[in-house]
Amino acid sequence: MSVKTPSRLEKILDSGQLAVTSECGPPRGSDPEAITKKAKMIRNYVDAINITDNQTSVTRLCSLAACIHLKLMGIEPTLQMVVRDRNRIALQSDILGAASFDIHNILCLSGDHQKFGDCPQGQNVFDIDSMQLIQTVRHMRDEGKFLGGDDIQRPPQMFVGAAANPFADPFEIRVPRLAKKVAAGAEFIQTQCIYNLDKFELWMKQARDRGLHEKIYILAGVTPFKSVGMAKYMKNRVPGMDVPDDVVKRMAGVPKEKQPEEGIAICVETIQRLKECEGVRGFHIMAIEWEEKVPEIVERSGLYPRPRD
Amino acid sequence: MIIAEKKPIEEVIEMVKDFRKILIVGCNECVTVCEAGGKREVAVLASSLRMYFMNQGKDTQIDEVTLERQCDREYLEEIRNRIEQYDVVISLACGVGVQFLAETYSRFPVYPGVNTCFMGVTEERGVWSERCQGCGQCILGSTGGICPISRCAKRLLNGPCGGSTKGKCEISKDLDCAWQLIIDRLKELDRLDEYEQIAPIKDWSTERAGGPRRVVREDVRQ
Amino acid sequence: MRLQYPSNIKIVSVPCTGKIDLIYLLKSFEKGADGVYVLGCIEGECRFGTGNLRARKRVTQAQKILDSIGIGGDRVQMYNLSSSEGPRFAEFAAEMTNKIRELGPNPIKRFREKLAA
Repeated sequence: MSVKTPSRLEKILDSGQLAVTSECGPPRGSDPEAITKKAKMIRNYVDAINITDNQTSVTRLCSLAACIHLKLMGIEPTLQMVVRDRNRIALQSDILGAASFDIHNILCLSGDHQKFGDCPQGQNVFDIDSMQLIQTVRHMRDEGKFLGGDDIQRPPQMFVGAAANPFADPFEIRVPRLAKKVAAGAEFIQTQCIYNLDKFELWMKQARDRGLHEKIYILAGVTPFKSVGMAKYMKNRVPGMDVPDDVVKRMAGVPKEKQPEEGIAICVETIQRLKECEGVRGFHIMAIEWEEKVPEIVERSGLYPRPRD
Repeated sequence: MIIAEKKPIEEVIEMVKDFRKILIVGCNECVTVCEAGGKREVAVLASSLRMYFMNQGKDTQIDEVTLERQCDREYLEEIRNRIEQYDVVISLACGVGVQFLAETYSRFPVYPGVNTCFMGVTEERGVWSERCQGCGQCILGSTGGICPISRCAKRLLNGPCGGSTKGKCEISKDLDCAWQLIIDRLKELDRLDEYEQIAPIKDWSTERAGGPRRVVREDVRQ
Repeated sequence: MRLQYPSNIKIVSVPCTGKIDLIYLLKSFEKGADGVYVLGCIEGECRFGTGNLRARKRVTQAQKILDSIGIGGDRVQMYNLSSSEGPRFAEFAAEMTNKIRELGPNPIKRFREKLAA
C-alpha cells in the first residue's frame, strides 16, 4: 500500500502507527456549535473525525456541511455518505463539493432503512449500493472521470473507506464480503462496534488467511456502554449487533452510578486486547453522545499522544 | 401475477355515494386468484353497497359483471352496449385494468375498488408476497434465481447489508433477507464463489426511472 | 325432547358450515333478514377438518362489512355445538332472538317498505 491522497489518516496508517478515529453525529438543527463543541473536545485525541450521514435515518444537519465546519477548524473530517438518499448524480455532486473543501476521507455506506427514522413514509433511492459507491469514488479519483465518462476538472483526492460488520449474518460470507470491498477499491475499513472479541478475532484470522490485512487498513470499532440499559438495547434492538451475555452481565453487576465507568473500562480493555490482534491498524471510537469520554479512552488505551505533522 | 387488496368499503362508498346507477366490473385474472376483484368479490361489494344505499334511503341500481380480463380491448368491448345505462363504473381490476377501462370508456367516471400492490406469488391461501419489480433487465441468472431488487429492502446488488440477522431483514423479523436466500441458494448450487463477483452499477433506464415503458415487437405486430 | 324455540327463525341447512359463503350471509340481510346466525360443529370436530373454522372467518368478514355500512355487525353470529345438544340449540335460538329484538329490525326494511308504498 502506498499513499495516494493528501489524507492525514492515510499517512498515519501508512507509517505503521495505530490510527485513531472517532465520530460525531450532527445536530437536529442548524447550530454549528453542536458540531464544533464536540470536535474541540476530541480534536487532539484523534486523527480524523467521521461525520455521520443522517444516521438511523433520522433527519439531521448534513454530513457535508458538518465536515466543512471541521475542516475550517483545521480538523480532518471523514465524510460518511449513504446511498439511501441520493442518486448517482447527487452522490457525485456531493463528492465534488467535499473535494472542493479538500475533504480527503470518505466512508461509503448503504445507510439504515428509512423505516427506522423520522420519515418512514419517505421514498428511498438506492440507485447504487455501497460497494458501487466505493467504485465510484475510486473511479472519480483514479480515472478523473464521472460515471458518465466525462473528465472531471480537479478530481477528488479521497482516501476511500467502507464499513464491515464481522457479526452480521451470514457469517461465512463476512470475509468474502470484505474481499469484495477490497476488490471494489476500499482502502480502509471501520468495523461495527466490537463486543464479541472472540468472533472478531476469528474474522480477522480468516481475513489474514486471505492476506486481506495487507490490502486494507482495518480500524476496529468500539463503543463504550453508558449503562446496562444501553448494552441490552444494543444487544436486542440494533440489527447486526453482537453483544455477548457476559458483557451485559458485567455491566449489570455494578451499581448504576458505576456503570459508565465500567463501560469505559470494557472499552479500554477491548482496545488493549485488539492492539495485539494482527491486522488491526487502528481504532474507531464511536462514543455515542458521549464524546467527552473519548480523550480518557484514548489516553487509558495508550494511544495518546497522537502523531503530529 | 399482480397482487391487489380490496379497498375498505368506506373508501368505495365515499367515491360513489352521489351516483345512482353503478356498474361493478370484476376481472377474471390475477385479482380473482388473489381474492380481491373476482366474481365473488364483485358480488360482495355489490350486496354491501346495495344495503348501504337502502339504509341511506337512496334508490340506487347496482349491477355486476366480471370480464375475462380488463387489460385487453376485446374483453372490455363486451360491456359497450350496456355501459350506457350507468353513471359510474367501479373496477375491481388492478390499476392496469382500471386505466384501460377508463381509457376505453372515456365518458364514464371509473373508480378503483382495489389497491394494486405488487407482482408476486401465492405463498399459501391468504398470503401473497412480492417477487418482481419489472426492472426490465433481469439479473436472476447471477443471483441464484432470487431477486434482490424486489426482495431486498435496499435493493442491494452487492448485499447483504450489515443489518441481516439470523436470515431476516433489518426492517422486519417476518421478512427473509434476500441476500441470505441468495447465498444459501448459491451454496446449494455449488456456486458460492460467484458471490465475490461485484455486480456492476445497474442501468435503471429500463425501470420506472426511465419513464413510462413500452414494448414494441414488430415481428408480431399487425 | 320437545324443546321450544322461537318460531321466527328460518333454518337453512347445509352439509357443512364450510359451505356458507360470505355472499350468503350478506344476501340474507339484503333480502331483509334481521339477524343471521351460523350453527357449526364444535371447533376441532369438523368432519371435513376446517369447515367450521372457515365459517367463523366468514362470519367475522360479514360483521365487519355490516358495521361499515351501518347495518350492524352484531346481527350476525357464529355458535358451535354438537348434534346431541338439543337444549343448547334452543338456548342459542333464544339468545340470538333476544339480541336481535334489542337491535330492532334490519334498518333497510324501512327502505323496502317505502318503495312498496
